[in-house]
Amino acid sequence: MSIATQGTDVNTGKIARTFIYLVLLVFALFYLLPFFVMVVNSLKPLDEITGGNMMALPDKWTIQPWLSAWSSAQIGVEPTGLKPYFVNSILMVVPAVAISTFLGALNGYVLTKWRFRGDTILFGLLLFSCFIPFQIVLIPMATILGKIGLAGTIPGLVLVHVVYGVGFTTLYYRNYYAAFPTELVRAAMMDGAGFFRIFWRIMLPVSGPITVVSVIWQFTNVWNDFLFGASFGGQSQPMTVALNNLVQSSTGVKEYNVHFAGAILAALPTLLVYIVAGRYFVRGLMAGSVKG
Amino acid sequence: MGFLDISNVTKSYGNVEVLHQVDIKVEEGEFLVLVGPSGCGKSTLLNMIAGLEGITSGDISIKGRVMNGVHPSNRNIAMVFQSYALYPNMTVGQNMTFGLEMHGVEKSKRDVALKDVAKLLQLDQLLDRKPGQLSGGQRQRVAMGRALVRDPDVFLFDEPLSNLDAKLRVDMRTEIKKLHEKLKTTIVYVTHDQIEALTLSTRIAVMNGGYVQQLGTPKEIYDTPANLFVATFMGSPAMNVLPAKVSMVDGVPYAQIIDGEGQPVSLRFSQENMEDWDGKDILLGIRPEALTDPEGADRKSTNIATFHNAIDVTEPAGSDTFVTTTLGDADVIARMRADTDVASGQMFEFAVNMDKAVAFDPVTEQRIAP
Repeated sequence: MSIATQGTDVNTGKIARTFIYLVLLVFALFYLLPFFVMVVNSLKPLDEITGGNMMALPDKWTIQPWLSAWSSAQIGVEPTGLKPYFVNSILMVVPAVAISTFLGALNGYVLTKWRFRGDTILFGLLLFSCFIPFQIVLIPMATILGKIGLAGTIPGLVLVHVVYGVGFTTLYYRNYYAAFPTELVRAAMMDGAGFFRIFWRIMLPVSGPITVVSVIWQFTNVWNDFLFGASFGGQSQPMTVALNNLVQSSTGVKEYNVHFAGAILAALPTLLVYIVAGRYFVRGLMAGSVKG
Repeated sequence: MGFLDISNVTKSYGNVEVLHQVDIKVEEGEFLVLVGPSGCGKSTLLNMIAGLEGITSGDISIKGRVMNGVHPSNRNIAMVFQSYALYPNMTVGQNMTFGLEMHGVEKSKRDVALKDVAKLLQLDQLLDRKPGQLSGGQRQRVAMGRALVRDPDVFLFDEPLSNLDAKLRVDMRTEIKKLHEKLKTTIVYVTHDQIEALTLSTRIAVMNGGYVQQLGTPKEIYDTPANLFVATFMGSPAMNVLPAKVSMVDGVPYAQIIDGEGQPVSLRFSQENMEDWDGKDILLGIRPEALTDPEGADRKSTNIATFHNAIDVTEPAGSDTFVTTTLGDADVIARMRADTDVASGQMFEFAVNMDKAVAFDPVTEQRIAP
């Protein structure tokens, strides 16, 4: 990143700079505070929390809440912990992200390099899926999932997320490929490469940045989705729904430390994706809009 | 039937016809240059030969095989693009053999072909580099190498030198010419640069407005342009065109022009059959190098006419000195030897090599052929 931004910073004096860093530091602390509270409280026994001091470090450090949240906490009626739901989420997210990203790339490739009559209208229609609120499609979607026999299954959820995701991924790839020189495709055609060969050998190898954007976007959206998971999850509910069931249960003692641990567990994968690929995210978002 | 046969080809986009009845036959080993201003249809024609654009009517055939509707990759042609279109994710070597790989040529044969071409184009040291690590001239050579490796029937070049700086362009021009002399391949080359057209080609098709204006050798195009467009488009500085009147004196045709002071000047025509034009207006075309000082005039010429006129501007350009003067209200450029003693404002004796002068019908703009 340092190379990419080299020479674009404005020259400022020392005092101004100190001030800027100070303000930034305050904001960073402010944003990190909730996370601090979650981590700290997930590592103490319940009586320390109910005893009052939420902000203090634990007197007695324990990872018991984490173990409990993972494998033994009461989710609904079963004391299974979040583990099976975490697995559900993974089983849903991986194919959903892979399929929607692949389809988006293919759509973007066709819409920019194999133009046909009405392609802009088609693209416009695809973009609709980015703007239609989830709630509107719930009932028709439930009907369709029921008819094709995927209601309450993970493949059903994958299908829903792929349908909703393709609009965005198409938008990303279309804009990215629009800046990709068409002469290269023509050269490959003359070299004898067909539709899919050009896609595999010429287009995909240079699609790294936009693929990162698409994967991050889809991963966070699909992982964090609650509505579709709760509506269509049936017996294979994702992590978000389980977390809700864990935290919202109205019977028994509220185990806040377990709740905190569970919430962090639920957020961990997206956090990880951002940390690993985040810098490519910004770069990729800019790639479509700025020439060169 | 030629090697590459373009017969009665037209191209329309909807109701707009952009290429009209193009008819060109190219023999094996010829270097045909399509030249014209932008929008004249030259690139469209090239893309039609390549198969990247459809043909509205007419036929294009290579080696007697009609290519209409044949996929670009099955025409046994190769193309060098203006932007080079090198695959950025592949090395130079992979770039050059990609076409062979797609055509199912086995690795050992690909390597042999690659080695030969790399040696020919001095790319041996660069085979493992990516296109992004190459200079403009190197990329240009890789693009040509990619075409050469496939050993195609016809090479297509789409303005391959326009992305290079001036000096490199001249070097690469020579390289391409050398390559053609050595390999004797059939080439169709598109450019808007008339110097490239004249220097490289064995034949030129000058195009404008979707029509082939003239098809001929560089010398024919330059010395006997078919019409006013070809005359003014080819050559730099452009041909001087001045209004003149034909008059017959004792059966010999003269062109009457007006000098800078409004006085008539008579120049005897070298061509003879001008009787029909007696007393009529024509346009007289004189190349800058046919208008010189008397000493610099072509000694082989049979007909040098001289007159005095004032010099407006002199522009020493190193190898030549360009002199601007006014004839019949038009600026006229004369090309003198570099050390000719001229100064602006001076009265000067000009010599016109009338052997090289051409006459045009002012209405149809066609050349009045001798």
